Amino acid sequence: MEAAQAIKNEKQIVVALAGNPNSGKTTIFNSLTGAHQHVGNWPGVTVEKKEGQLVSEGKVIRVVDLPGTYSLGAYSEDEAVARDYILFEKPDVVINIIDATNLERNLYLTTQLLEMGSNLVIALNMSDELKAKQIDINAARFSELLGVPAIRTVGTRGQGTKELVAQALQAAGNKNPRVVQINYGKEVETELAALEQDILSNRQLVENFAPRWLAVKVLEGDQGVLKSLAKYPGLERLLARRAEAVKRLEGLLGEDIESLLADKRYGFIGGLAKEVMTRRQTTEERLSRSDKIDRIVTNRYLGIPIFLFAMWAIFQFTFTVGDPFIGWIETFFEWFGGVTGAWLESAGMPGLLMSLIVDGIIGGVGSVLVFIPNIFLLFFAISLLEDSGYMARAAFIMDRLMHALGLHGKSFIPLLIGFGCNVPAVMATRTLENKRDRLITILITPLMSCTARLPVYILFAGAFFTANQGLVIFSLYLLGLALAILMGMLFKRFLFKGETSHFVMELPPYRVPTLKSTFIHMWEKGSSFIRKAGTIIFAVVVLVWALSNLPVGVEYASQDSILGWIGSFVAPIFKPAGFGTWEAAVALVFGILAKEVVVGTLGVIYGAEEAGLTAAIAQAWTPLSAYAFMVMTLLYIPCAAVIGTIKRETNSWTWTAFAVAYTLVLGWLMAVLVYQFGRLLGLG
Amino acid sequence: MGGSVLPLGFLQVGRDAVVRELGSGRNLAQRLSEMGIVRGTRLSIIKNDMGGPLIISVGDGRLAIGRGMALKIFVEEASKA
Repeated sequence: MEAAQAIKNEKQIVVALAGNPNSGKTTIFNSLTGAHQHVGNWPGVTVEKKEGQLVSEGKVIRVVDLPGTYSLGAYSEDEAVARDYILFEKPDVVINIIDATNLERNLYLTTQLLEMGSNLVIALNMSDELKAKQIDINAARFSELLGVPAIRTVGTRGQGTKELVAQALQAAGNKNPRVVQINYGKEVETELAALEQDILSNRQLVENFAPRWLAVKVLEGDQGVLKSLAKYPGLERLLARRAEAVKRLEGLLGEDIESLLADKRYGFIGGLAKEVMTRRQTTEERLSRSDKIDRIVTNRYLGIPIFLFAMWAIFQFTFTVGDPFIGWIETFFEWFGGVTGAWLESAGMPGLLMSLIVDGIIGGVGSVLVFIPNIFLLFFAISLLEDSGYMARAAFIMDRLMHALGLHGKSFIPLLIGFGCNVPAVMATRTLENKRDRLITILITPLMSCTARLPVYILFAGAFFTANQGLVIFSLYLLGLALAILMGMLFKRFLFKGETSHFVMELPPYRVPTLKSTFIHMWEKGSSFIRKAGTIIFAVVVLVWALSNLPVGVEYASQDSILGWIGSFVAPIFKPAGFGTWEAAVALVFGILAKEVVVGTLGVIYGAEEAGLTAAIAQAWTPLSAYAFMVMTLLYIPCAAVIGTIKRETNSWTWTAFAVAYTLVLGWLMAVLVYQFGRLLGLG
Repeated sequence: MGGSVLPLGFLQVGRDAVVRELGSGRNLAQRLSEMGIVRGTRLSIIKNDMGGPLIISVGDGRLAIGRGMALKIFVEEASKA
């Protein structure tokens, strides 16, 4: 009791993980916190800080995973998130995760963390790959030169993580970390000292920032930092002094200030790397396996076909492996509904309550849960793709095409993430530096077919296109992608004129993903679907059930129920698209809350019928109108969660409303086009 | 050594070069320096198809660089290390 109290009273230790993208930060996070995470997130792009907990030596440690960044400037949103966290939340310890196989580039961030005066512990990660690359790193010497502990780790196997925690705990007690300073040369140092003096005389600044770091940032003219300084008094004097200093230095040294500082930083990094690293291979020999794979995968003629084949293979995998499960789960819910119904009846439960449980909850939520295996399989495949390093290649391949719409390859990554879920996809646009690029990408991302739409496709394709299920569904994914690119082109031409921004992106080496990390990532993403089934889908299904029983005394799920009224009111709009029934209309209306609800609603409405959902759908649709309906489901209005995310990320109701409106019009137009052309071709 | 200075995008696959000048635009220089490219950086060309982005090797990493950007980075060809 007392011990528990003691733990409670003791301040929690906060450890932040910082590192470059692809440095294996998320893997280390997983290995540190195991199953004790609060928020699921999407790997490859840790878009928001993610938190977990671990207990060591009786102390509770809160671990915060920051977005992967190359620097702590504020050129993109995710850099700002990472920088602000370290700056303002002041974690007790920052663990800097470094990809040891790419030491120099990773050390750029390290120099910034050092300058900020963070209490630093360094993880030299992926140290198992050093041997293959014939590189040696002297961790002891490294640690000695920087004055901070450095541990070799292998995140994928959990090696070194225990020691990392031990060192972090020790560092947390160290209130005055030794701060290694980069020497910027006599002239620059003189000006820095003067700026530092100014900062030291301003109490408010000293309380909030490391003076040396702030002096460097002010001299560098870091826009993000200057902006966050705006609220402090006495800033004008500091800025005036900066302007003088810059003028003097640039006159004296004949170079602009940013390059001056960057050169010195890389001088420091180069010296450090030389000191601790031995290489036993020449450049020639270093042409790695990755480069050989890239020759084929990024080939200008083969690249896009290989990408399309990979996508097609993923969907085939999802359906072939998932198909038997659908039957089993369906049978299970039929049986479960029957047994529950009989049992409730024998227990003397009133008919209405029984209908809620059997028709509403089991019929509605069950019809959505049927597709869980497919969703998990798709997430498994996407995780494999992300963890292998292929994602960056896809962006590379698409750069040429994306240029046609005035974007560049990096915008393609959010689109790919959108195949999983549009919410993290919209957030992943934070890695785009250019505001216009980011807004266009946000607007077109909802056209990417997410896993929540999958149940609709599987249900309808299963009912009408049994032989070509995979192909039909694949065509919808392609349609979404094609329309995203087309709309992007239109937006760029008519709404956001301007130059294409710069494209520079790291290509991480190909890695064979470990089964464990792929499963963790699959689970993180897939479990949010189960949570959704238990919360929003459940709630909406109950609402739909209630509306199909009102007004009191109406025949269940008939056209005279409130549900029927809503559906009948909207239905005429969809007549030209071939699915002008009230059932279809009301399913689409509630589907805005979450796309799986389209199936859930149909499950509630048709669930009461004996022949089952698939048979009921086969009655009410034709193959052509079913395809038009799937097109509509794919395109029309992003789900509520995505609408919310768009609002948050664009910070504009106008753009949010625009996204809702244009997707609705586009969806309707495409559905009508499909149906009418199909009829002309005699497919109706 | 002592080769002529030319845009990175003109270099052929397999060539090594040293960065001499980063073209105009402070944003560009800043972005590149974050990714490890400053004056004096040694790099080699892994892939350069006409018209698309390039793959270059910097230190132990590989970077994809858009063609537009590659035309603003001026390098001097260097003999192999």
